[in-house]
Amino acid sequence: MPRLLRLLILPVLFLAALAQADENLPKILIADPYIELHTGPGRGYPVFHVAERGQEVEIVKRRTDWFMVRTSRGVEGWAPREQMLATLEPTGEPLDLDEPARENYMSRRWQAGVMAGDFSGASLVSAFGGYAFSDNLSIELTLNHMPGEYSAAYSATLGLMHVFVPEWRASPYFTLGTGVIHIEPKSTLVEAEDRTDQIGYVGGGVQFYLTRRFMLRTEYRKDIIFTSRDDNEEVDEWKYIGFAFFF
Amino acid sequence: MEVHRLRLLFLTLLLASVLPGCAWFGRGRDAAPEAVAAAEVPTGESREQPIIDPQVERREIKRPQIDTEDFEIGVYGGILSIEDFESNPVYGARLAYHLTEDFFLEATIGQSRAGKTSYETLSGAAELLTDSERDYTYYALSAGWNALPGEVFIGKNRAYNTAFYLVAGIGSTRFAGDDLFTVSGGFGYRILPNDWMAVHFDVRDYVYDTDLLGEKKIVNNLEAHLGLSIFF
Repeated sequence: MPRLLRLLILPVLFLAALAQADENLPKILIADPYIELHTGPGRGYPVFHVAERGQEVEIVKRRTDWFMVRTSRGVEGWAPREQMLATLEPTGEPLDLDEPARENYMSRRWQAGVMAGDFSGASLVSAFGGYAFSDNLSIELTLNHMPGEYSAAYSATLGLMHVFVPEWRASPYFTLGTGVIHIEPKSTLVEAEDRTDQIGYVGGGVQFYLTRRFMLRTEYRKDIIFTSRDDNEEVDEWKYIGFAFFF
Repeated sequence: MEVHRLRLLFLTLLLASVLPGCAWFGRGRDAAPEAVAAAEVPTGESREQPIIDPQVERREIKRPQIDTEDFEIGVYGGILSIEDFESNPVYGARLAYHLTEDFFLEATIGQSRAGKTSYETLSGAAELLTDSERDYTYYALSAGWNALPGEVFIGKNRAYNTAFYLVAGIGSTRFAGDDLFTVSGGFGYRILPNDWMAVHFDVRDYVYDTDLLGEKKIVNNLEAHLGLSIFF
């Protein structure tokens, strides 16, 4: 087990080094009478400093809707997004934060998320990632894990997803694809074998734009498992609720 | 056993390598739009010298590249009490994404090893589980709420940002050769010694149904761990 720990620590240290790397910070000009600097990235942290109109400050980093700025005297503090929107870039134009919004959904390329539901009586945990070719059509990879009472199943499927009217806030979609499913019966059952079969699905769902880059999703799939026996199995796959973000 | 240890390693490496990469996709998009070359418009009086030679410098429009640190990656270690199977060390990794100052999403994977039930110890020889079946791994996908953000003070000149948070999630536990759908919940305390690092203390309860010892029952496995993570 310590071997695993060592493997885990290395990437963390690597990322720590990366996080400290760049030092070419964007500068902005304060246009409001002043902006308040908080000690932390949250509304409750006390205001300990103000930067006045006309001062030039550097943006060190951003965390959620808070920006860490550094004044010319080297004072570092956190300012909220609403105050940053009233600042100017050195060119004299208002600061452009490129905020993801609903309009940006149309220009999205990548989308990913997790969902939870029911797979023919078993619990279902699902993760998916997709790439959009156009406003309507995207390709999606879904990984499912279904720990059930008598068996556990894993599936990986690749399919197409067609969003009918992507500009709607609640937008229905159609999906179709294929993949593999691996079923492991519980170890307490006797005479049960692991098996891997091909799976095909057709389904539909609704995605709901939440805010910024976040969406909710609900989905139903009718799965057909192509078994090696005489009959194929048909399974209802419900994903009651899921969370997705696009970038 | 090997396969599933490999699977855990693969997932860990995937998390560590692919997810930071995802954040970079966003960066590429911020590249400055190329300036459009002004088209030369031929006019009738083109041979004449221009009256005014405009000395306008082309302004380069560039969207500020702000370093967004909404992701948090880290490792942890602690003690996991597996019901009926003793308490043992647990190691794990965490990836979190901060949605707002109040809410975050978190994915964790962990690994431990079960000890012996008191029955096995007392009877001497009877083994309920094989060696590989004692491996205990889990993953959890959780949502968290920073319920009590604040600051702590050490002495007169040092203040550190903190948060007491609550988490709840779903996932799976692999133990005794089976995958068990697991609901987890708990609380944690996070202290930030600087802007990009956090020290966590967490307590979690993992709940699942099992019929491992003959009768079906609900199992509560409590975990306490200390963790270190960085924002990127």
